[in-house]
Amino acid sequence: MSQQSSSRRRVTRLMSVAAAAAAGLLVLSGCSPAASGGDSNSEYGFTPAEQVKDSEITVWVDASREPAVTAFEKKYPDIKIKYETYDGSAGGSGSFQSKITLMDQAGEGWPDVVFSTQQNDAIWASKQTANGEQGFAAPLNKGFLDQDFLDGFAKGSLDYATIDGTTYALRNDLAQTVFYYNQALLDQFGYDVPTTWEEYGELGDKLAAEHPGYILGSMGDSFMTYVYYGGSESPVFQSPESGVFHSDTADKNSEGISKIIDGMLANGTLVQDSFFSADFAAKYADKLVGVPGPVWYTGAIFQGGLKTPAGQIGVAPALKWDGGEVAAGNVGGGEWYASSHSKNLDAVKTFLEFVTSADEFQVDASSGYPAYTTAASKWLDKQAEAKYFVNDDFTTVMTDAATQIWDGWNVTSWSPETAWAKIVIPGIAAGKTVESLLPEWQKELENEATVNGYTVK
Amino acid sequence: MNAGQSRYGYVFVSGYTLLLLAFGLLPTLYAIYLAFTRNGAFVGFDNFVRVFGDYRFLPAVAHVALYVVYWLVSLIIFVVILALIVHAVRVRWLGNAARFLFYIPGAIAGASSVLLWLFVLDPSVSPVSALLKSMGYDSLVSVVAVGNLPVVFTVIAFWAGAGGWIVIMYGALNNISGDIMEAARIDGAGPVQTAWHIQLPMLTKWISYMGIMSLAAGTQLFVEPKILAQATKNVVPEDYSLNQLAYLYAFRQNDFSGSAAISIVLLVVALGLSTIFIFRGRLFDSE
Repeated sequence: MSQQSSSRRRVTRLMSVAAAAAAGLLVLSGCSPAASGGDSNSEYGFTPAEQVKDSEITVWVDASREPAVTAFEKKYPDIKIKYETYDGSAGGSGSFQSKITLMDQAGEGWPDVVFSTQQNDAIWASKQTANGEQGFAAPLNKGFLDQDFLDGFAKGSLDYATIDGTTYALRNDLAQTVFYYNQALLDQFGYDVPTTWEEYGELGDKLAAEHPGYILGSMGDSFMTYVYYGGSESPVFQSPESGVFHSDTADKNSEGISKIIDGMLANGTLVQDSFFSADFAAKYADKLVGVPGPVWYTGAIFQGGLKTPAGQIGVAPALKWDGGEVAAGNVGGGEWYASSHSKNLDAVKTFLEFVTSADEFQVDASSGYPAYTTAASKWLDKQAEAKYFVNDDFTTVMTDAATQIWDGWNVTSWSPETAWAKIVIPGIAAGKTVESLLPEWQKELENEATVNGYTVK
Repeated sequence: MNAGQSRYGYVFVSGYTLLLLAFGLLPTLYAIYLAFTRNGAFVGFDNFVRVFGDYRFLPAVAHVALYVVYWLVSLIIFVVILALIVHAVRVRWLGNAARFLFYIPGAIAGASSVLLWLFVLDPSVSPVSALLKSMGYDSLVSVVAVGNLPVVFTVIAFWAGAGGWIVIMYGALNNISGDIMEAARIDGAGPVQTAWHIQLPMLTKWISYMGIMSLAAGTQLFVEPKILAQATKNVVPEDYSLNQLAYLYAFRQNDFSGSAAISIVLLVVALGLSTIFIFRGRLFDSE
């Protein structure tokens, strides 16, 4: 029904534009959006489009999630699936939202399933569109997916995509931060694994003085804002209630972590090359002594980019402040969305359940730590079997970190990464200190909040 | 021209006219309608006021203005000089080869030429990384710092667009009657004097034409910063140019009225500046 009314409205608009132009008038009347949302009383909690049995589904993934589609095609050769690769909204590019907005405007052309690297898309994707149509993201826990299946996700992992009790996306992988260290290098230099941010900074000083050229991380990617500021409990990106934004870069923790970063940038133990730049591996594969980062570094950085062999890397709990509690940052962990406009919801359901929980992707081909609990334990077993990590308790460290994510870092309708990329990355490249950029960074965050309709408090 | 020929004339322009109506005039009218309304209700200049008050608006205006100045000045100076030089080359194959070489980059469509430049500008993969490093740039981030962007975009635009104009200017130079050139030579004018006193004044119209077309393209700066923003994960800001801001308004903030207001501002400014070129360059004077 909504499909019909949408196309009728479109025709109306086209005709009215043509009529206005023909008459040379600019008075159009047929354009005002009628406020007709989805029918939340239906079987699924949204109004499904007319279903076409066995029709092809379209899936948008980023390059790292292509194996998911390949694995699905292999397991379900009878389900017709077409996939398109896009940037996955990486870096807060907003591609997912801009493409969908265009399709909302056109009233057609939506993909059936979308993968996004960002955590905040549910905020806009759950909303009614400007034309009064139901939002793109289909509610998943109102009858569409089985509660038994949804209960299989790690506790809290669906929270980012859950708004007022309705879940709009499935978590692909968890992204809690831990501290990775290279045991071989630490032994060789006679250093201990740092447990606090203070020790991390001091290790930087020692390393720079005694073994210049070795590094403890990089500031080249905009997701470092989650690793260093989320991970240090800095109240930089908070939304205490819906529509309210709060940022305090002058806080003790924000200042403290900025000073540590500045010291390490100055002595060269933090570099500015992106982890994903063309020559990062060539420059630093055997120079990375330790680094705070999300659990997906395991596959994406160590086993992937740097090709570090098994038996060198260890995993320690996330860094904390001296005398404080362990607090982990959260660095993405992708989300899978289903379209509320899909014409083949059966296939969409099969696909979503497969990519989040089946071994063929989450255990065998995915680089991250699965959000689905049974897949996660198999993934951990696989790492243990390969003896990839030097410490046997890495499983405990990683699972504990998942429960230690600091709740003072929130999601909003825009990404925290853009302000970091706009102000801090070019600033430090030009030789400024992060500390000196803090006021400007906060200003940019608050400006972004304002244009996105948030009240800054 | 006889009646049959003029009938064909209408046939030939009809395709263009229809497309102009469908993709030029009608969208413009629709944008004007959107810019003065919100959700269908007339709101006067509200959309404009909102857009002007946006913290991203003035920086975007400054970015585009600076780029347009760099781009127009360099385009006019270098295209004219290069066309004069190529025209002065007496060796036939050399002149042809030069024009062909200038033209090649223009054959690469906008977005793909920016992709190509991404590699040139990234010191870690660039074929001219030694040059970039000698200038003190050792990472892509430092090359595309906001202060460098007008120059970067000018270089990209010149590389992609100048060749076509050089060929056009060359054609215009060929149009100058041989008698006049010969008279100048007999009067003792060297190549520089001929260029300054004879060829340049007779090129004025073509130069204004180039100015208008490039101005329109320049104020609409979008593809270059958009792709660089994507490639650098927003180190090149996604709100660098006015058109990017219009794009953000429409597709990120779901505010098509604000987006239309920015487009109308661009249209008015480009029209105003083009008028200057048209009158100063006597583009519509008949001889």
